[in-house]
Amino acid sequence: MEKNYMKLEFLSKSSNESFARVVVAAFASQIDPTLEEISDIKTAVSEAVTNAIIHGYEFNVGTIYLEASIEDNVLELIIKDNGRGIDDIKKAMEPFYTSKPDLERSGMGFTVMETFMDELSVESVKEVGTTVKMRKKIKTSIDKE
Amino acid sequence: MGYTIETKNSNLMVHFYGELDHHITEIARLKIDHKYSDINLKNIIFDLSQLTLMDSSGIGLIMGRYKNVTEKKGKMAIVSSNVYIDRILKMSGLLKIIKVFTNIEDSLEYIER
Repeated sequence: MEKNYMKLEFLSKSSNESFARVVVAAFASQIDPTLEEISDIKTAVSEAVTNAIIHGYEFNVGTIYLEASIEDNVLELIIKDNGRGIDDIKKAMEPFYTSKPDLERSGMGFTVMETFMDELSVESVKEVGTTVKMRKKIKTSIDKE
Repeated sequence: MGYTIETKNSNLMVHFYGELDHHITEIARLKIDHKYSDINLKNIIFDLSQLTLMDSSGIGLIMGRYKNVTEKKGKMAIVSSNVYIDRILKMSGLLKIIKVFTNIEDSLEYIER
């Protein structure tokens, strides 16, 4: 399939978490993912957007940028915020580590993204923001047979 | 999308529908904790069988309520029959401390044992 691309901006409100999931799922549907792949993608998007709201903007109103592209049956997602940035990325990516235990965060966000997608990279600059990039190969109908 | 809360005897049961994310957990948490502050309630059952998606916010919600149930010396059970929900429950390690059942009847039988 020819390359396709989309970009979306929305406010860092928790009601937009489901909106972001639905948009990405609808965009990804053109490469015919399985129900399991859709579930993986939606869960990963949910984690990244929730992180931007809770950690990036710390519940203040900011803009979240979501980009999605498809090329050769690979879905690439970029979720970006202009928030406070991550103090220690390595630590943030450790399973069950959370900087906000008082908010009952499980510390599983990055682990879920890593498990449900094929590739994950996180770039963050203090007081500038965080960019999360994820890729997942969608099995073609020939692979599925 | 959303949830309903039901109480019977000393049990509080929360049924979740659709997708359980950070947005829903923030609303549900207050309601659950408010209801559970009733001294007659001891046990909590989370019915996740009608969920199509749950992210790690749902895990955080269950973990937090588990702490409250332990403090009241109550029991907790989860009802789940969806492979996607089971997968994230397994990842979280919750299965080591909370029993999961495929239907509500079995979870009630365990809670009231």
